[in-house]
Amino acid sequence: MMSPHAMEEDATNAYQSLSETTDHDDPRWAFGSGFDEVEAEITAPAPADPATLAAYCLMLGDDALVLQHRLSEWVANAPELEEEVALANIALDLLGQARVLLARAGHLTDSDEDSLAYLRDQAEFRNVALVEQPDDLDFARCIARLLVFSTWRLALLQRLEGSADPVVAAVAAKGVKEVAYHRDYAARWTLRLGDGTAVSHDRMQAAVDWVWPFVDELFRTSDAERALPGVAVDPADTREEVETVLAEVLRRATLTPPRAKPVGTVGGRGGRQGLHTEHLGHVVDELQSLARRHPGASW
Amino acid sequence: MSARGVVSEVVDPEMPMLTLADLGVVRSVDETGDRVVVTITPTYSGCPAVEEMRTDIAAALTGAGYGPVEVRTVFSPAWSTNWISEAGRRKLAEAGVAPPGPAPVRAAGPIPLTLGPAPAVRCPRCGSPATDEISRFGPTACTALRRCPSCREPFEHMKEI
Repeated sequence: MMSPHAMEEDATNAYQSLSETTDHDDPRWAFGSGFDEVEAEITAPAPADPATLAAYCLMLGDDALVLQHRLSEWVANAPELEEEVALANIALDLLGQARVLLARAGHLTDSDEDSLAYLRDQAEFRNVALVEQPDDLDFARCIARLLVFSTWRLALLQRLEGSADPVVAAVAAKGVKEVAYHRDYAARWTLRLGDGTAVSHDRMQAAVDWVWPFVDELFRTSDAERALPGVAVDPADTREEVETVLAEVLRRATLTPPRAKPVGTVGGRGGRQGLHTEHLGHVVDELQSLARRHPGASW
Repeated sequence: MSARGVVSEVVDPEMPMLTLADLGVVRSVDETGDRVVVTITPTYSGCPAVEEMRTDIAAALTGAGYGPVEVRTVFSPAWSTNWISEAGRRKLAEAGVAPPGPAPVRAAGPIPLTLGPAPAVRCPRCGSPATDEISRFGPTACTALRRCPSCREPFEHMKEI
């Protein structure tokens, strides 16, 4: 056992290392350490209209940010420790993707990742409705949503590896490797539950029925995506691939593809335009409560 | 010691049996006058160890007498477990972590689902090739959890990316 004095002198002590990070410009470690360190990539010249590119980075970033929040709700609630660790790991990957994308959007609009995550209002978020829905800690719902999301995001990211924006391209190249693991995880659980007992089958089918109405919005093309050829990917182009993968997983899991009326948009407007379901408000309130209550707090 | 040498010996905060050089995350170390610019690549997008790596690198260089240190993180090209050195693989195995096999080679077109059993991983303790996957996600972002029915020990496997 190390004496407190010896610990103080140990330069590799984790706690001391963390407190030492305050020696760079932003001491708000509690709010994320800031991506000033990836300056070389974050500050690369915009290959397109900066405001439109920033809006696009927010779409991709907010999808990841909001879903990682929903996945993090499973911490201390998962059916088994291994699944809790898995969901937390997946959330962490998505948080990492969100941070770079928000930092990029911040750089392009004279803001920063923390302000975008912690000080934006609900209507300024650009995520799709799929990610903001509460799964009510129903594991089958968690898995069904993750299956749909990661299948779609993998298809997007794979196409974005060739984006003209170096930051989007870098996030995509890194993200493809991560999200391929997420999709396999969700697909394996879908098979296990769908092709499991009568109870697990019915619950997995109910979860798929629950998530299906939110799938259609994923393929709607927003103005920002339309205005960024070579930088953005038209999500409509991913539809065939996503539907093929989902159909294959459902077939092998002995589940029936639902016929669901799409929801999540009103008059053609949805999350990409800042129009959200009521559930996002709860996510944003919880996500931002500390930062709003103690503005600029440091430790 | 050269600045590159100092940085190479800094250990990974989550896998202290490996140096950053073993892990393959050090992209460049440039000395310009009395200034040192170090560029590293995170293993995963959300890897929480990056902040500590930055701090440890700066502390090691300052401790070795180097002047102002700047540590940059770059995401591209994305890190791959193929960048872990041979020495790193040996140290992982010695510490009871099964080293990664070759990272999957991606063919053109959509990435296929992998729903079958994971590739065989040899137990780092007893060498048995017949081990089971407990979870694809382990205690750190880069490892999976496995167990060995022969020696009845659980172990971590660094997964291929």
